[in-house]
Amino acid sequence: MRTSLKWIKALVPGIKDVGPQEYLDTMTLAGQKGEYYVELNKNLEKIVVGKVLSVEKHPDADKLVICQVDVGQEAPVQIVTGAPNVFEGAVVPVVLDGGKVAGGHDGSAPPENGIKIKKGKLRGVESFGMMCSIEELGSSRNFYPEAPEDGIYIFSGRDDIKPGDDAVAALGLDDAVIEYEITSNRVDCFSIIGIAREAAVAFNTGFMPPVVEATGNSEDVNDYVSVEVRDADLCPRFTARMVKNVKIGPSPDWMQRRLAAQGIRPINNIVDITNYVMEEFGQPMHAYDLSTIRGSKIIVRRADDGEKFVTLDGQERDLDSDMLMICDAEGPIGIGGIMGGENSMITGQADTVLFEAANFNGTNVRLSGKRLGMHTDAQAKFEKGLDPNNAEDAINRACQLVEMLGCGEVVGGMVDVYPVKKESWTVPFEPERINKLLGTSLTADEMLDILKRLELTYDEETGLLHIPTFRQDLLATCDIAEEVARFFGYANVPSTLPDSGATAGGLPFDLRVQDLARDVAEFCGYSEAMTFSFESPKVFDMLRLDADDPLRSAITIANPQGEDYSIMRTLPVSGMLTTLARNYNRRNKEAKLYEMAKVYLPKTLPLTEYPDERVMFTLGFYGDGDFFTLKGAVEEFLDKAGIKRKRDYDPNAGKNFLHPGRQANILLGDEILGYLGEVHPDVCDSYDLGTRAYIAVIDMAAVDKYASFDRHFSGIAKYPAVTRDISMVVNKKTLAGSIEHVIEKNGGSILESYELFDIYEGEQIGLGFRSLAYSLTFRSKERTLEDKEVNAAMDKILKGLGELGIALRE
Amino acid sequence: MNEVLEKIRAEAIARIDAARDMSSLNDIRVAILGKKGELTSVMKSLRDLPPEERPSFGKNVNIVRDEISQRLDSMKAELAKKAREVQLANETIDVTLPPKKMTYGHRHPNNIALGEVERIFTGMGYEVVEGPEVEFDYYNFEALNIPANHPAKDEQDTFYITKDMLLRTQTSGVQVHTMEHQPLPIRMIAPGRVFRADELDATHSPNFHQVEGLVVDRNVTFADLKGTLEVFAKKLFGEDTRVKFRPHHFPFTEPSAEMDVTCFKCGGKGCRMCKGEGWIEILGCGMVHPHVLEMCSIDPNEYQGFAFGVGLERIAMLKYEIDDMHLLYENDVRFLKQF
Repeated sequence: MRTSLKWIKALVPGIKDVGPQEYLDTMTLAGQKGEYYVELNKNLEKIVVGKVLSVEKHPDADKLVICQVDVGQEAPVQIVTGAPNVFEGAVVPVVLDGGKVAGGHDGSAPPENGIKIKKGKLRGVESFGMMCSIEELGSSRNFYPEAPEDGIYIFSGRDDIKPGDDAVAALGLDDAVIEYEITSNRVDCFSIIGIAREAAVAFNTGFMPPVVEATGNSEDVNDYVSVEVRDADLCPRFTARMVKNVKIGPSPDWMQRRLAAQGIRPINNIVDITNYVMEEFGQPMHAYDLSTIRGSKIIVRRADDGEKFVTLDGQERDLDSDMLMICDAEGPIGIGGIMGGENSMITGQADTVLFEAANFNGTNVRLSGKRLGMHTDAQAKFEKGLDPNNAEDAINRACQLVEMLGCGEVVGGMVDVYPVKKESWTVPFEPERINKLLGTSLTADEMLDILKRLELTYDEETGLLHIPTFRQDLLATCDIAEEVARFFGYANVPSTLPDSGATAGGLPFDLRVQDLARDVAEFCGYSEAMTFSFESPKVFDMLRLDADDPLRSAITIANPQGEDYSIMRTLPVSGMLTTLARNYNRRNKEAKLYEMAKVYLPKTLPLTEYPDERVMFTLGFYGDGDFFTLKGAVEEFLDKAGIKRKRDYDPNAGKNFLHPGRQANILLGDEILGYLGEVHPDVCDSYDLGTRAYIAVIDMAAVDKYASFDRHFSGIAKYPAVTRDISMVVNKKTLAGSIEHVIEKNGGSILESYELFDIYEGEQIGLGFRSLAYSLTFRSKERTLEDKEVNAAMDKILKGLGELGIALRE
Repeated sequence: MNEVLEKIRAEAIARIDAARDMSSLNDIRVAILGKKGELTSVMKSLRDLPPEERPSFGKNVNIVRDEISQRLDSMKAELAKKAREVQLANETIDVTLPPKKMTYGHRHPNNIALGEVERIFTGMGYEVVEGPEVEFDYYNFEALNIPANHPAKDEQDTFYITKDMLLRTQTSGVQVHTMEHQPLPIRMIAPGRVFRADELDATHSPNFHQVEGLVVDRNVTFADLKGTLEVFAKKLFGEDTRVKFRPHHFPFTEPSAEMDVTCFKCGGKGCRMCKGEGWIEILGCGMVHPHVLEMCSIDPNEYQGFAFGVGLERIAMLKYEIDDMHLLYENDVRFLKQF
């Protein structure tokens, strides 16, 4: 929404001296946020009205003339110009020596600081200023249609101005245009009157809206035309009035200036009046050439499916049965609330005009406009849901303006189809509750003072506030409280802290474990990444998932931003691989990343209940390191998460996107905590990742079951340890993990720890075999161990290894 | 006999004083005080002396022994000190050489910002709660006073899954879940991921994050909302930060406001970051609408509350001066390591 500041000031005379910045700031704090303002007189300095007294040829230039111009000073000033349209007696805007204009004559984008005008010589003849074109004054023929295409602006028919007057004011450029962000609940503020009413309250001064008076001759419009509304649900009110003997012509200067400031191009008096009323009252209007309305009858009905209609912009539109049409006796003449038709357009020949001010269902207008792909000014206003009571004032205002402008004979009466009148409603006035909600201590009178200025009326007997119908946002005490707070000033409401009792607060357990995972990942050198939750269904093939892999059952977005963002991910691998590949292709030598993010596993498809949103802790890297580097980070996290039990790594993880010989499920007993591995080279190729990469995925919900922040001190060993080393040659298929199982199982309570300290493969051992060497540490908490105790434990371990077919190396 | 003693003493002192290292000192000790040392031999000859001379001679031997011993000890200490000095001098390093790198990882700026927000609010007794990202229309809209066909549903460009389920466009739905399930009073913040059909550009992303806040109690006021968010702004952006509340409209709060903070780059004078305004819009907030309370079976005549919602990316981008949203989701290590 935008308004001319001058127009607002005309309705709120008390702020006539307020500048645009102060106005914008005050309105913003009162709730009608001013986004910015544009001063129409920016860079216009020392520009006065001048009257050309004489025009002589320049002695040395064919295209220049020398003018003597009366600028209201003792003597006329001499100005040399090349403008073709000057003549003796012309009244023109003149910028004097030392003044400034906004832009060049060609209307190109004006320079930031304007153009300075100084006296000088043109082909040897002195010139003391410049006569201005409308473009040089920062505007255009769009808004000043009377300005010549090429040449200076010439005032015509202006008895109100004389040489020396401020030409900027004479042109109506002494104005600023304010752009507002109006919230969707304030339909009334999409109008000059609505904004001005707010301004009057915000500045605590009087509000003078236009006084709409009854108009019209003794005839009755209802004798000329009839209106039938068949779909009143979509058209709660339809009013129409008529003007005879129309004299189409330009509208007066003051109306053109106001429209121009609103960004509306003046066209002719009738069209300008409808636009003027739309701006002033926020009620879109339509003007029909009555002679084009067949059968003098208007029917408001839903369109038929497949019906076609040409709107006044010449476009053919496809209609459906949820769209509302304005029709005459034979067919459609307009799309209700959106755009009129080509067939009933006002032309210069119109003799009788029918004005329409109707009220349409906002939601329907919005949805229809969306389906038609249209977005007109009228539609933008209707779709917010206008007050039907405003239509009557608006149409009467239009007729009043017709009489004022003398552009036709207004016929008496009004066609008004308004089956269910919207009545004012009440809200109890509860000053104590308002204070309790706001934390203020205002008196009832202070509140009522604000509310009355907003045109609410208070009935002392019933204690009820009567709400004017244009304030459809005021339904309950909380709404009234906001009105009070807005004009009391949000800044004047005190700042306090809630004084209620303490609450426990803090982070829940799962978020604490997540934070711990982040800390460990970062300690291990991994940086945090964030990738999108949606991805392409193509990733399942890129990751070589089996055709029947349940992870292919993903939630599909009905209206995605393209295929790449069309499903919710079921595994976090693709985001990590994409990120690693991006880093790789940007020539980053190494990237170690982690992400804590959800996957979305549907329980049913199509979705009828919440999916399982599982948080996955994903680690990935390329560069320095290998499988075991990643395993180290995983183990570090599980240790720090307080999981004391040893984790098993099962190579049969079955992940097609990982290297078949370098992958493992992370197991805690039978529970799978996650998996890790080297990325399959085919998958690396698919992701354009030209190096070995490693990835681990940990299911945080599984970890949470075993994680703990409890810690217990178990003493520091006082007695000496006994160390025994064993070395064995085993088939390469024998997993170290299975050997360690035997060691743990058979070592007994005195086995303190063990460590793999050597792995050897080579000729001495033979193909398919390897040598593993462990160092075992035994210790008792109660005493110094005796050899025979250690020997007994060792025997048990060796026996267990023997059962696996493993013998110690000599 | 005393001449012999005197000679041993004089020679020993001279040798000690001339010693330049530990081993020669040790040699001297052995040669004089050792089992076969000179002084030991003299002591052994004590028995050759007449009995009456023995006490005084013995005493003299001990005096000489003590003196030599002491001299040896002090010389030893002196040499040790010199040796340490030489060692230290030799071990001098060039402290300006580059350090041995610790390869600590870096947190994502969004989560650094979130960590700060969580610290501030948990410090004030707020609980951190979470809610579903794939959500029912009811929780995302209807229970928040946004009925079917409300224009706000269009404005937010929702990604739909089915007619009833969608990707949440705001964390505000967590308010409803919390009020439905938690005992009163409530003080919570709900950080989380939200989705809107915006194209990814320098300031928008279809996938982004918000932090919701909610307090419900018998006497919580709009003044409390102001005070709380003022504390928040000062702790997040600095003690000199000032705040401004502007009336606004949200369907689920009434009265509603937007909060601006003084630009933390220029302090309110106006700069590029605040587009010359001196103020930066930070969040939306308001008093929980009584309809919303009612829909959660909370009696609005007994309880009232306030709520607020902050864009996490917005905070991170402003606070860490990140000028392009793309950077937050590209995860280039050269970007991440700056945090």
